[in-house]
Amino acid sequence: MSWMDILRTAFFALRGNWMRSALTSLGVIIGIAAVIMMVSIGQGTQKEIDKLVSGLGSQRLDISGAGGQGGGARLAQGSRWSLNDGDVEAIRTEVPEAQYVSGSLRGGTQAVNGENNAATNWQGVEADWFAINDWKIKDGDVFDAHDYSGANKKVILGETVRQELFGDDSGVGQTIRIGRVPFTVAGTLQSKGQGGFGQDQDDLVVVPLETARRRLSTSQSMPPGAVQQVSVGVDDAKNLDTAQAEIEALLRQRHKIQPGADDDFTVRNISQIVATRTATTNLMSKLLGAVAGICLIIGGIGIMNIMLVSVTERIKEIGLRMAVGAGPTDVRRQFLAEAMLISLIGGAIGIAIGAGGAVLIGRFSDLPVSLDATVVVLAAAFSIATGLFFGYYPARKASLLDPIEALRAQ
Amino acid sequence: MSSTAPAVAPPVIETRQLRKVYAEGTEAEVVALRGVDVQIARGEFVAIMGPSGSGKSTLMNLIGCLDTPSSGLYACDGVDVSTLDAEALATLRREKIGFVFQGFHLLPRMSALDNVAMPLGYARTPVAERHDRALRVLEQVGLGGRASHRPNELSGGQQQRVAIARALVNSPPILLADEPTGALDSRTGEEILALFKKLRDDNHTVVLITHDAHVAEHADRTLVMRDGMLYHSMEDAEAAP
Repeated sequence: MSWMDILRTAFFALRGNWMRSALTSLGVIIGIAAVIMMVSIGQGTQKEIDKLVSGLGSQRLDISGAGGQGGGARLAQGSRWSLNDGDVEAIRTEVPEAQYVSGSLRGGTQAVNGENNAATNWQGVEADWFAINDWKIKDGDVFDAHDYSGANKKVILGETVRQELFGDDSGVGQTIRIGRVPFTVAGTLQSKGQGGFGQDQDDLVVVPLETARRRLSTSQSMPPGAVQQVSVGVDDAKNLDTAQAEIEALLRQRHKIQPGADDDFTVRNISQIVATRTATTNLMSKLLGAVAGICLIIGGIGIMNIMLVSVTERIKEIGLRMAVGAGPTDVRRQFLAEAMLISLIGGAIGIAIGAGGAVLIGRFSDLPVSLDATVVVLAAAFSIATGLFFGYYPARKASLLDPIEALRAQ
Repeated sequence: MSSTAPAVAPPVIETRQLRKVYAEGTEAEVVALRGVDVQIARGEFVAIMGPSGSGKSTLMNLIGCLDTPSSGLYACDGVDVSTLDAEALATLRREKIGFVFQGFHLLPRMSALDNVAMPLGYARTPVAERHDRALRVLEQVGLGGRASHRPNELSGGQQQRVAIARALVNSPPILLADEPTGALDSRTGEEILALFKKLRDDNHTVVLITHDAHVAEHADRTLVMRDGMLYHSMEDAEAAP
């Protein structure tokens, strides 16, 4: 028989027993729904991580004073300012893999333009900071060398702040106040949108590091030349570990840390952040994967069971079909097609339920979800494979029947 | 024995020393056929009679290409079946044999037309031709007006006509009927037998298996099975040791 004939015959056979067919496909429905949700969450997480990595840069290291971003025991107050311009300069000159290096300070403030004001964060940075963080200028220009060395009161606005202060205007060349200090707007940043953790990345103003030190920092204890954080852009992602080791050795030497003593700084690597984030969603994914696997096996066994019953029930029909000229191959294909059709229809329903479930998970939980066509194709392939695998044995059994005995059966 | 066969055209069924042994070499060994020679020409209407256990069902299964002989030769329309596998036997049944059973064996969920058209699928007849061909044979058995009825909406005689139409749809040279009137009242049975005679006149070969002498009377020739041997008349069978 042609494939069209086989599918038509299978369809009519299933329709004749539709309630049983529907119940049989239940296992596949649940299994495929779980597959869809699992893959959606997995892909959502992957996309989020990709976004995080591209936003922060996969080739960067961040060094902070140990007290600042608490890793392990909290150290003495002074160690919060354990990094300074000398460290930045040393990394720049002595670590060959460090392509970009920038020290930075940051804090919260108010930015005011006439009647408009915005609560935001300031960042005091050096020239490489823009490259490390992949910030592009939309209007105006970056700071020039003189702005950095002369601690000029110039500012570059993030998109959110620009919008709040100037609405549709770029604001370049105008004067605003940050805290109580007047600044000239040198440029604006291109929007980056929401970050990997859902925060607004565009809510900031950027000023030269020295300017921040003299005009914006409110810290009483800050020693001269101190920085809160040093960001390093490494020339190649595969040199990340080498660069990290070199920086650690350099800083321990500069800070005169005895062998065995704790560092007074922390080097953070983007891959560590990613690893934590991945671990949580991986657990969820594995759980759903296990559910999917178990359901598909149970569903498949259900199909096999029903197909075996069906072969026994329809033994006379099989005998008759053989008598009128159906060969073993024809019979095997027919029963295989029925098993496949059950699981394919189950798969289609499962895809619908799974997609709906994924959308609900995306809406009502903080798990990231992403649905695309490859998931659907994958799920359909899974359901067909289930039907083929578990339908083969009953179909083979039917094809090996002796037509004489099958015709004689009651 | 050659005097009884017309022997102008080559026989459509020819067996030589056909033997069938079940469970050969074990204690349960049963010799069902002990060397059967038979020739049936195209256009003949032959009845094979015999009590149950005589081997007539075994002979029918062999002639119908449902089984292969233990030894001896069977040429079905010129094709030697003894070495064929299950797949090749199915092809041979599709092309050479039309079966009619006592219990009709119609598929209950299908219309009469779909039942008749069913073998065409296995013969890979183009879909476009199937409807017309099935309808034509339904008309040939006098049921053109019942094409869309399901088997349970038809009388026993009508169901058997549908089954005969199904047997005819691939135009096989041999029509093999196993107790075709066994489930019918005698008047309907006569109608079915008349239909077989008409088919014989249209140059179909009809082989009728029955235990009923009245039914066998309608055939041109009656062969008798007894204890695994085939005789050419009841007298021969009774005279045998």
